[in-house]
Amino acid sequence: MGIEGGLARTRGGFLARLFGRKPDEPVTQEWLDTLEEGLLRADLSVSLVDSVMLQVRDIVRDGKAKTVPNVLDALREALVAVLTLPAAAPLTVSRPRVVLVVGVNGSGKTTTAAKLAKRLRDAGETPLLAAADTFRAAAIDQLETWAQRIGVPVVSGRPDGDPAAVVFDAINAAIARGNSVVVADTAGRLHTKGQLMEELGKIARVAARARAGAPDEVLLVLDGTQGQNAIVQAREFTKTAAVTGLVVTKLDGTAKGGAVFAIVDELRLPVRWLGVGEKADDLTPLDPRAFVDAMLPRSA
Amino acid sequence: MFEQLSDRLTTTFAKLQGRPRVGESDLDEALRDVRLALLEADVNFKVVRQLIATVRERAIGERVLESVSGAQLVVKIVHDALVEMLGGEAKPLARADKGPTVIAMVGLQGSGKTTSAGKIANLLRKQGRRPLLVAADVHRPAAIDQLEALGKQLALPVKRVGAASIARDVATAVRDAPGEGSDVVIIDTAGRLHIDETMMVEVEGIIAAASPHEILLVVDAMAGQDAVDAATVFKARLPITGLLVAKVDSDARGGAALSIRATTGLPVKLLGTSERLDGLEAFHPDRLAQRILGMGDIVTLVERAQEHVDQQEAEESAKRLMEARFTFDDFLRSLQQIKKMGPIGDLMKMIPGMGQLARQLPEGDQAERELRRIEAIISSMTKAERADPSVLNGSRRKRIAAGSGTTVSEVNAMVKQFGEMQKLMKQLGPMARAGRLPRLPGMPRLH
Repeated sequence: MGIEGGLARTRGGFLARLFGRKPDEPVTQEWLDTLEEGLLRADLSVSLVDSVMLQVRDIVRDGKAKTVPNVLDALREALVAVLTLPAAAPLTVSRPRVVLVVGVNGSGKTTTAAKLAKRLRDAGETPLLAAADTFRAAAIDQLETWAQRIGVPVVSGRPDGDPAAVVFDAINAAIARGNSVVVADTAGRLHTKGQLMEELGKIARVAARARAGAPDEVLLVLDGTQGQNAIVQAREFTKTAAVTGLVVTKLDGTAKGGAVFAIVDELRLPVRWLGVGEKADDLTPLDPRAFVDAMLPRSA
Repeated sequence: MFEQLSDRLTTTFAKLQGRPRVGESDLDEALRDVRLALLEADVNFKVVRQLIATVRERAIGERVLESVSGAQLVVKIVHDALVEMLGGEAKPLARADKGPTVIAMVGLQGSGKTTSAGKIANLLRKQGRRPLLVAADVHRPAAIDQLEALGKQLALPVKRVGAASIARDVATAVRDAPGEGSDVVIIDTAGRLHIDETMMVEVEGIIAAASPHEILLVVDAMAGQDAVDAATVFKARLPITGLLVAKVDSDARGGAALSIRATTGLPVKLLGTSERLDGLEAFHPDRLAQRILGMGDIVTLVERAQEHVDQQEAEESAKRLMEARFTFDDFLRSLQQIKKMGPIGDLMKMIPGMGQLARQLPEGDQAERELRRIEAIISSMTKAERADPSVLNGSRRKRIAAGSGTTVSEVNAMVKQFGEMQKLMKQLGPMARAGRLPRLPGMPRLH
């Protein structure tokens, strides 16, 4: 189909076209197409790109933005605004706090659970990990290895055991030992599998039996390299598990994770953490401005 | 995958066909819809641009605007362009002429390499071959344990490599495989980012040491726009031979994975369809193109039926069905066989023309739940009741409802439906025998 030639064009080429050659580069039809391409290749949802491009065309037509840098600045502000949600009311927290880590297969839940535990410990908390992915072969071993590496205790289930029971046990263990927070890793499940989603609902219900009001946080882990389906995942997981926030992983590659814009916009879920590498420390809070800049850089 | 894409295209074309002639603005509007549908399916934007340009060019070349049958022409042009994008015929896995066949799995983190390695081993073992699994992912904690656990489930040997001698140990495993009774070696490598130089050099070393006959790039069906860039780098660094698209049992439309086919020319060889070890299917581009365009995929349906349905039993119950001697017991057995073939909604979509209808059915889960309820009701009946529903009086129905955890009205509804089906079959039976119905899988040949 002759698109190999198109692919050979480097990222630099794309960015050079996006920024133009001079600081007061005027906005042209061709440039608007380039901008649209940039947004689409970042996995921003098609409907969001459509509405963004409409607004951009409006401000250009009304003369509110005449040059390329003007438009880019306006666009960055708009995107930052999407990601900036009003701060949630602080939780009335009873101990131990319970955090469930959920998501589809291969999104990076186990690694995220470990990184989160490390972060909490570094912040002076006393986390306890719960290895409740009893389905995937060796998932428990994977979390146990992490737990050992970062020096955080772990309560593990048996392979093929009941994941809700593991979470229940872990919460009780945390109460007995005085841990301040339980971080529970759950099995990957496709949001299309009704029974697995029901299982997740059960884990949440059983957690509440071990400590009233639990779980306090349900973090949905989204693979940043995924496309439009991430939006569907978020929608479905929110239905069963009362998701409280998002973790976007694998952003150390070239993927931009643009799908989260539509998720934040539609579901009003905050992005709590970004996964930016495979080491225990590679988990950072979201800085909306930096996230947007990574998508629409400030210079070529 | 792809149902929603199919929906959108169907709507677009229906709109177009409502016009007496396709004007220039009609064509623009249709192409805009096609473009949106493809982008929403995660088809790479460059592939989309190319496809739209091709379609527009051909539409003008074929004088769509002046033609009386312009709308049909556009549909045909889009269809052809899609088929080109998906690639031609199915490509089987490579097999060595001599010595063990070596297969390597590579890809990004979390794409599904380890599970897929286990599935391929299972598939080949079923074909009478003797696979050896080699665990070469020394980076992800417990990745080796995961492959070993899969090997144990499949009763197949697994070799682990040393962290400091990955390439050497892989080469040794390949060399020793025939002597140890294995004729296929499947190498699971660590997930890596295409821009991680150290890791890319590592996998180059593994591939050079093992010289695989098949190097499969494992791609997540839910992948986004970046997948094409990542795959392009993998292909530039390694002699990749094909793609394995994992997690196609999600509702993702898989456009990114298929864009990789279009941009790199690498054939999609296998699809991973569930978490179970038998969830692996050959990829048939032509069949998928038909499904996208709402033309069904009867070939896959027949194959699934052949694989899962006990032929003799099916013929027996089909005969009884035609003769209206079909009892609740037959019904239960048929339900159980159908369930083995996969989710009802999926099956419906494979029947030509049923795609739209399948969406009017209760959602996938609900359909499954409905089936479970019917099973429960029938299981709560006595033998005599199953053979002759006419004995089902009020108190029996009450008992069945209690036994199956349903209500009397649900039992009533089920029994009534069954009666109606029997009535329908009484009418259809003679027709089928007269050869006016197509032959269905599992049905006896009727003359």
